[in-house]
Amino acid sequence: MSETHQYDARGLLCPLPVIRVQSLVKKLPEGDIVEVVGTDPGILHDIPAWCRVHGHTVLSTEQRGKDYYVTLKVGEKS
Amino acid sequence: MGIQRKAIALVSGGLDSMLAVRAMQEQGIHVEGVNFFTGFCVEGHTHAIRKQDQEKQKRNNALWVAERLGIKLHIEDISEEYKDVVLNPRYGYGAHMNPCLDCKIFMVGKANAMLNRARELVADGGFDFIITGEVIGQRPKSQRKDTMPLIARESGAEDRIVRPLCGKNLPATLPEREGWIQRELMYDFSGRNRKPQIALAEKWGLDDYAQPAGGCCFLTDESYSRKLGDLWQARGHREYELDDIMLLKVGRHIRPAPNYKLIVSREEGENNFMEGYRKQFHTLRPISHGGPLTLVDGTPTDDDLLFAARVAARFSQGKHADTMTFQIEPKGGTAFVVSIVPIRPEDFDPKWHI
Ligand code: SF4
Repeated sequence: MSETHQYDARGLLCPLPVIRVQSLVKKLPEGDIVEVVGTDPGILHDIPAWCRVHGHTVLSTEQRGKDYYVTLKVGEKS
Repeated sequence: MGIQRKAIALVSGGLDSMLAVRAMQEQGIHVEGVNFFTGFCVEGHTHAIRKQDQEKQKRNNALWVAERLGIKLHIEDISEEYKDVVLNPRYGYGAHMNPCLDCKIFMVGKANAMLNRARELVADGGFDFIITGEVIGQRPKSQRKDTMPLIARESGAEDRIVRPLCGKNLPATLPEREGWIQRELMYDFSGRNRKPQIALAEKWGLDDYAQPAGGCCFLTDESYSRKLGDLWQARGHREYELDDIMLLKVGRHIRPAPNYKLIVSREEGENNFMEGYRKQFHTLRPISHGGPLTLVDGTPTDDDLLFAARVAARFSQGKHADTMTFQIEPKGGTAFVVSIVPIRPEDFDPKWHI
């Protein structure tokens, strides 16, 4: 059963959100979901780019007020 | 079909490391990239902070390079360990606070440690060697013919470091001797002329790459280095936290007295960023007129804070007013509102600008 994890990257500037998400995802099995919230709009670009090079899937990206959200699904580990 | 050889490349996001990776891919090497976050990287931060830059530069160049080349990229936070490189460089600094040679040794050393414990990083096997985009003579201090073996030796990488862009002019490395890569297919670039790199990029259809002026980090920037030097001098010791070096990237820094300085936001993006620090500093906000948020760093007295508000007033819409009201919130204290007289231009000493 896949689990959903939240990661709060508010106040962090890129590339720190990517680095933290990278460490988290490294520990998760394929299929788990990670919801990241941050205040640096850069995460809308950097996390999807990071997902593309590592084979994870971005499920959604959105802005709500001053916060930015990226939801991803952990891909196959290689 | 032999074993698939693997290399780990230092990817800065600039053209040279991009070409170095591509040159090894051409030789059938499986490459993965590593990008080190030192805290001083030009990437991301300032662009994220400054609103005017947001449209221009949103991407992380190292990730962009990885995507263009189809390689994985591991971004590693080395900001804590890197302090020692900045504070105690064995080989000294370049033109500003940039300890480039020590930095390179440190980064290659890190990559070498990754190579040695590669099974932690990738489940299916280790790496065989390291790739960098170094070019002999490109940087006067760190990229010279005599620094190449020094970096190889001091980092522990020894002959497992390949510089594909100038490898023809360097002694043979292990991957060459083992026949994993061919020396003839490497390059002999040297000096500061960028034309061969640009031509190679064109040949491989690589465009839109980042071309940072000066270097890959803020330590090559004169004004940034001056602010860092001022911070150390004011505190009486050469240390820093990540927040300190982030804040050196934003705002106007003004030091009217040795015991405190003002950081005055220059625009909305910086204002938002600095709001995140309001609990860690004394803050000044204009009330009667529009104007930027100011953080005050150091140990100002009550009188100093009043004077700081008069200085901050220069950067608000009330700079010509007879009086203005400001909200002053001392660090850890309660905010209060005061009426102040904006400092006159002739009383503002330009030397206060750091
Ligand atoms: S410019 Fe900065 S990141 Fe690049 S080698 Fe020099 S110190 Fe290191």
